Amino acid sequence: MSVLATNYLTPTGREEAWRFTPLSRFAGLHDGTSVISSVESLIARDALPAGVTASRISRELVSSVSQSEDVIVQRVHAEAETMFHLQIAPSIELSEPIHLKRKQMQVGQAELSRVRITVGQGARAIVIVENDGEVILGEDIEIILEQNSYLKFVTLQEWSAHSVYAARHHAIIDRDATFESVTVTVGGSLVRILPTVEFKAPGSSAELLGVYFATAGQHFEHRIHVDHAVPKAKSRVNYKGALSGNEAHTVWIGDVLIRAAAEGTDTYELNRNLLLSDGARADSVPNLEIETGEIVGAGHASTTGRFDDEQLFYLMSRGVPMDEARRLVVRGFFAEIISHINDEAIQERLMVGIDGELAKVGE
Amino acid sequence: MSTLNIRGLEVSVITEKGHIEILRGVDLTISSGETHAIMGPNGSGKSTLAYSIAGHPKYTITGGSVTLDGANVLEMTVDERARAGLFLAMQYPVEVPGVSVSNFLRTAATAIRGEAPKLRTWVGEVKEAMTALNMDPAFSERNVNEGFSGGEKKRHEIMQLELLKPKIAILDETDSGLDVDALRIVSEGVVRAKEANNLGVLLITHYTRILRYIKPDFVHVFANGRIVEEGGPELADKLEEKGYAEYVGA
Repeated sequence: MSVLATNYLTPTGREEAWRFTPLSRFAGLHDGTSVISSVESLIARDALPAGVTASRISRELVSSVSQSEDVIVQRVHAEAETMFHLQIAPSIELSEPIHLKRKQMQVGQAELSRVRITVGQGARAIVIVENDGEVILGEDIEIILEQNSYLKFVTLQEWSAHSVYAARHHAIIDRDATFESVTVTVGGSLVRILPTVEFKAPGSSAELLGVYFATAGQHFEHRIHVDHAVPKAKSRVNYKGALSGNEAHTVWIGDVLIRAAAEGTDTYELNRNLLLSDGARADSVPNLEIETGEIVGAGHASTTGRFDDEQLFYLMSRGVPMDEARRLVVRGFFAEIISHINDEAIQERLMVGIDGELAKVGE
Repeated sequence: MSTLNIRGLEVSVITEKGHIEILRGVDLTISSGETHAIMGPNGSGKSTLAYSIAGHPKYTITGGSVTLDGANVLEMTVDERARAGLFLAMQYPVEVPGVSVSNFLRTAATAIRGEAPKLRTWVGEVKEAMTALNMDPAFSERNVNEGFSGGEKKRHEIMQLELLKPKIAILDETDSGLDVDALRIVSEGVVRAKEANNLGVLLITHYTRILRYIKPDFVHVFANGRIVEEGGPELADKLEEKGYAEYVGA
């Protein structure tokens, strides 16, 4: 039990940031009533290549690089005993992805996990985090891209049915550095991720991609926040989701802030949701706040709807049966994002999973 | 030898204003090897006829019958109609994001033929069809109709016609939006499909120029939701000269 819990402002559900989240299913992560285990689940899957190190640093020795108003992040910063630090040395160019995965947790106990990934100046890397198993996990991942570096950061949320995962995936991007993320959420009872971006210098760019597929009873929430505080940074956001089954609920919030200093900003965000059955609910809230008119471009789009009848008609008019036509359309819908994951086995696994979920939709 | 038999076909669309009757009793018989041109002014119901035969959910059949070799087409689902041997080349082919042309064609061929085509022969078949239609091989890696020019969309439709080998094909204003060269290439594809498979063709058009390449055996003038005059190829010449004025408001 956390002794520090009372220091935080426990969300009630009335706050803007929490109004969609079913706190009763949060397993006490938000109010400190969860039992914190000593297991530190995140590990490297394979031996790390030259120039890459992973270590655990005691809390007292960890420097602060970012702030957050999110109570989960605050708890992680204050209470996680150690921080997992993945460091990619400057100028290293890795052709193969670095895979991180989870050790089995103690069922019923929670973990507060603090993670930092540092990509050194001029380095290029791909990191894939494969999240599975049954967890109650609060996590903060700070991703630091030094000047002129590149990171593709893929996270797969394939948690088992009762899992609760609340996290921030926060990128801090320096001059001329490029961050790409692919966030896949297909498993868990309650998943709430804050993919956030902070630009530190001009020339930095971020592309946030995501897919989610929620079935009966699952709550998947992605709250993007892109903070354009410096000139000439570029951001792209594209999240696509499908929902099927009773009380499948997804929330997508796309907050993009263009501050007065951020002249020359170029940003576009997009969220598309495909409702595959009755009883599911997709909330989609793009939110663009612009404090300067001196920008290259800023836009957003959000759509939520059922199958496009014209697409199905076109495919079926070529002899393709309804089920197969739907499968093609949904696969195509997700392929745009999933094709960005640099691992064919993972791509195939996700597509098979999507086919499986789709087969259950029936009709 | 196949025959598509349309008898007394009546079709409505349901809008906010209620039922709107579009087809008012269409009679038409198309057999293998025949080319029928349906010509008529815009808004006469030509496209409605095409989409109703293909089974588009927007249209409600309120009377009449459509049979293919005696089988009741109107009771079939859209995909069953295609597998029975009907094909509709659309005026506005639909974009399907994330689905490549090659995947789409193979899925369609598998559905129509009842088994997956052997990979080696299939690749050759597709290549041949693309070459014949003067299409870039890179085309097959693009997403279905996404970002295609008007001409590319029509070539893609006719490529499917050649690969899927239907018994009866309905071409809905396949000539619209094509320049002279594209019109010739696309028309040659239709003629090839006709000769290869003894295809029956129902060619829907507003203009006579495509008929220089695809010679009709029969010409039907369509106005106000029904056929108002029928004849041989000479009827097209008359329409070229005099237009549709005498049929409109009839």
